[in-house]
Amino acid sequence: MLKEKWKEYRKEKMLQQLDSAPCEFNKIKKSTNVVFNIIMTVLALLSVIPFIFVVIISLTDEHALTMNGYRFIPEKWSLYAYEYIVQAGESIIKSYGVTITVTVLGTLIGLFLISTYAYALSRKTYAYRSFFTKVITIPMLFSGGMIANYLIVTKVLMLKDSIFALILPLCMNSFNVIVLRTFFKTSIPDSVIESAKIDGASEWRLFFKIVIPMALPGLATIGLFLTLTYWNDWFNAMMYIDNQDLIPLQYLLIKIESSIDFLANNKSMLGVDGITAAANLPKETIKMAIVVISTLPIIFAYPFFQRYFVNGLTIGAVKE
Amino acid sequence: MKKKGKGRLDRLRSNKELLMLSMPGAIWFLLFAYLPLFGIFVAFKEYRLSGGFFESLIKSKFVGLNNFKFLFSSGDAWLIVRNTVLYNAAFIILGIVLPVIIALILNELRNKGMAKVYQSAMFLPYFLSWVVVSYCLYAFLSPEKGYFNMIMQQFGMEGVSWYTEKVYWPFIIIFMSQWKGVGYNTVVYLASICGIDKTYYEAAVLDGATKWQQIRYITIPLLRPVILILLIMAVGGIFKADFGLFFQLPRDSGPLYPVTNVLDTYIFRALKTNGEIGMSSAAALFQSIVGFILIMIANKLVSKVDKENALF
Repeated sequence: MLKEKWKEYRKEKMLQQLDSAPCEFNKIKKSTNVVFNIIMTVLALLSVIPFIFVVIISLTDEHALTMNGYRFIPEKWSLYAYEYIVQAGESIIKSYGVTITVTVLGTLIGLFLISTYAYALSRKTYAYRSFFTKVITIPMLFSGGMIANYLIVTKVLMLKDSIFALILPLCMNSFNVIVLRTFFKTSIPDSVIESAKIDGASEWRLFFKIVIPMALPGLATIGLFLTLTYWNDWFNAMMYIDNQDLIPLQYLLIKIESSIDFLANNKSMLGVDGITAAANLPKETIKMAIVVISTLPIIFAYPFFQRYFVNGLTIGAVKE
Repeated sequence: MKKKGKGRLDRLRSNKELLMLSMPGAIWFLLFAYLPLFGIFVAFKEYRLSGGFFESLIKSKFVGLNNFKFLFSSGDAWLIVRNTVLYNAAFIILGIVLPVIIALILNELRNKGMAKVYQSAMFLPYFLSWVVVSYCLYAFLSPEKGYFNMIMQQFGMEGVSWYTEKVYWPFIIIFMSQWKGVGYNTVVYLASICGIDKTYYEAAVLDGATKWQQIRYITIPLLRPVILILLIMAVGGIFKADFGLFFQLPRDSGPLYPVTNVLDTYIFRALKTNGEIGMSSAAALFQSIVGFILIMIANKLVSKVDKENALF
């Protein structure tokens, strides 16, 4: 009896606590919180420090670098690598142009293909829905593989050394279609579509005038997925591009990595004549500076990326 | 909209506009997903280039399973398959354990603002390309100037030639894969944890449950479907390797091949450096078929555990 009463009393006490100090209810102990914070701080630093280190190296004086190696606090700072890129880095700027063109065109083409396809799939009245669902499901299960893709892109579609070899292979995939289809299904009520149809709107009109404006957050998510894919892609360039004028930034980074003296030897690359100029090149810092400037746009856009990626992940998790 | 269903033509007519909307995407899939399926036949041919792709395919000599025999008699094949499977097994286990633990901790932190900061910091590496990551790693491992060797030399030790010593690389590869991926997976699990109904925990506390008991008996069981589905899908992809991880990080260093060569890098090198189209397509087809079988098995298992989350 007493035990029951005691239990009752405790429950009441706890409910009071719940009302009076909701902040303290069911929280971990302060000491545990400190330990957890320390662990998380270490992990967070571990995640960002390597890139910060690269930024620091790019800002180090080349001579100090040769003497001391890579250091977190350099003996002497220098902006020389960046000045050099601005003055003489013609092909770095060209590569920037290639990457931007590919990213913008690819994202637009991709958004068009994915959204039209996903929208048709999201319509319950669409008679060929199950067929076109199969069309996107099969490639998720079975693919021709790297060699087959290579042969088709170069020998059948004739895209070798074309900017479209960097754009087309990446602009669509089954996963993005499924995410967007789910988004259309959950965010656009059937009643809206039905009433528009009663008013005599054609499907295209309905799609562009009503569906697209209503689905902007979903499109933004897919758009950012695509943007990130294109910006960071080097694989397609490695497969399909030999032309010096079509080298995107990420592939440029690979090229200067694999041959240490690429910058120095490739006169056209920096527009510099003569061996003396090449010998004085701050190679290491320039490389790291290219890494930094090729990543900066992503760092700046990071808050957007993060927000919409989390959205996309949660949409993707909901099926049907 | 009235549908009388008077046969195919009517159906076609009433769906004409939606069909048109499907077309651009369908053409893409035809060209970039279905056309390459013809490439499968290359694995059974002694592929010689003469004219276009289809012309060469028809003219090339049919050699049956010779390409496969050649592939598996080379001895490399088993090493590469072993590397691919073992690395992926490690990634799968760590890819569940670490993010779940981190998500649980982040969820319990008293200062939600800081939790957001930690999460943002850990998510960042996911947005860097493998090329950029390889430079970040190089800053630490470079034999002449790298941070690790500098520190070791300061303590009077001899530096390590990181890019030729293969003993370290299994750890480096596994560490870097988690470094890049843990933030992404944490976000997935954190989203699921946030989706759990708070009243479960309130009821548990009223019954006197400790934090551990809440995690053990509420959070983990409710996360189980998500964990299981991700686990089984990952098992389905155990023959596919992250190309960037195995190709970019070791800087294509030859002495490291025994521990860094996986199916994808092997196929790529066979194509790009040796031009061995026949054998590399055999390897690619082998990868596709095993991957397909594994996905089918995985899906079967998912549908047993949880019908709603099966792929098809």
